[in-house]
Amino acid sequence: MAERRTRFSRDPLGLKRALSDKLLPGLVAAMALLAALALAGSRGAAALKDRWQHGAAAAVTVQLPPEQASRMEDALALLRRMPQVASAEPVDAERMRELLRPWLGEVPALPLPLVLELRLADLSIDPAPIARELAAAVPGAEVEAHGIWVARLAALARSVQGVALSVLALVVGVAVAVVAVATRAGLASRRQAIEILHDLGATQGDIAGRFARRIGLLAAGGALAGAAIAVPTLAGLAGLAAPLSGGVIQPWAALPWLDLALLPPVAGLIGWATAQLSVRRWLKRLP
Amino acid sequence: MVRFTEVGLRYPSPDGEEAPEALADLTFTLPEGSFTWLLGASGAGKSSLLRLMHLAQLPTRGRLEVLGTEVRGARRGALPRLRRRIGVVFQDFRLLPYLSAFDNVALPLRLTGRSEGSLRPDVTEMLRWVGLQGKEMSLPQQLSGGEQQRVAIARAVVTRPQLLVADEPTGNLDSHQARRLLALLTQMNRLGTTVVVATHSEDLVSQFAAPSLVLQAGRMVHHG
Repeated sequence: MAERRTRFSRDPLGLKRALSDKLLPGLVAAMALLAALALAGSRGAAALKDRWQHGAAAAVTVQLPPEQASRMEDALALLRRMPQVASAEPVDAERMRELLRPWLGEVPALPLPLVLELRLADLSIDPAPIARELAAAVPGAEVEAHGIWVARLAALARSVQGVALSVLALVVGVAVAVVAVATRAGLASRRQAIEILHDLGATQGDIAGRFARRIGLLAAGGALAGAAIAVPTLAGLAGLAAPLSGGVIQPWAALPWLDLALLPPVAGLIGWATAQLSVRRWLKRLP
Repeated sequence: MVRFTEVGLRYPSPDGEEAPEALADLTFTLPEGSFTWLLGASGAGKSSLLRLMHLAQLPTRGRLEVLGTEVRGARRGALPRLRRRIGVVFQDFRLLPYLSAFDNVALPLRLTGRSEGSLRPDVTEMLRWVGLQGKEMSLPQQLSGGEQQRVAIARAVVTRPQLLVADEPTGNLDSHQARRLLALLTQMNRLGTTVVVATHSEDLVSQFAAPSLVLQAGRMVHHG
């Protein structure tokens, strides 16, 4: 009996009945799952973008045969005059040896080609005219343009990341709307109880705090369930994506654990704050 | 003390047009520690007047002073503390249906932050006084109308309020319980509580000689 009394005394608004412990957590769980997927998508796209961008330090490289070493300055001057070229810089010999060491080992006597790195003014520019003009001026000069595709992929990854973050913002917005609707439903079903408490001297903070605590807990619980469902889903996706990122397949280690761990408290906070605002706004109609 | 000065109350109209005043030009003073009968026909404005006194409604014009505070000029945040000094017996009981009789009576004490240990003797004593010992854990729907009204009365007086307003408090009580209630009200009045009781019961009024305030169509027609 005492236990029952204590339980009721902590819930004078009857919010355990008024605010369903199934519907709201279920909706928040679904949104938490979407948020986890969006977050993981954003992180994965960012990682791919970094990796690809790193590999594509130059969108286009120009190779001059060793016998044309004396023409390097001419080639640089020509390239820098071209409007399609944003920058043109030579790769020094030491860096060339670094790049080739994994394939050729230490070969100090090997004559290395001269390499220039170009950045184009626009990734959509066709590099073929540049190659033709350069070959005409410096015979034997070759233009290697596969980096442009890597750069385009990196741009695509950036777009995917942007879309993922937009989806995340949308999910947060929908979560706020869902909590606001649930709070309004709770207010409607407990209108008389709220008015009684108000007339007995309850403050706005008392009433809004009780709603906010209940909804915050339900939202956090729902997000915990959503995050739990996201773990195997993301592990499966990470396993599929591992070869693309060039890493060893370790799906569990690749999961965004910090993001997943933050989902319940963040969802609880969103629920708490939204309920506080909704209830306080509603209570303004009372004197 | 309760002081009304040229007070008017107009409820908002659902169609947005200006509704007539439910209460108009009320000017009177209820001294601290007084007992007043509030009389008038149905629809005269007794409940509206009581709602103003216990701050469930604020006047739309005039000056209303309750327990030393001018309510229209008071900060919104100051009103809950003022309400806790006022006990109210509602005509329709207004008990919370999912709370036991004990928890309904304990509600005002819990709102003031009283500990569970310290409020239990007061609540138990109050329930015993209104004859509901043994029914502490009953939900309102398990009680008769008269028993529910007694729970509402116990809830109103458990905080020993400085102002007690009661709207038809004997409507569901038999004559014996009505006499007990009147004894409680007069006892609280002797201890210094300002008491205002709205009633239709001439029998009840005849049992205790006190000033009366008579309303007719929202206006005061007699006080004294």
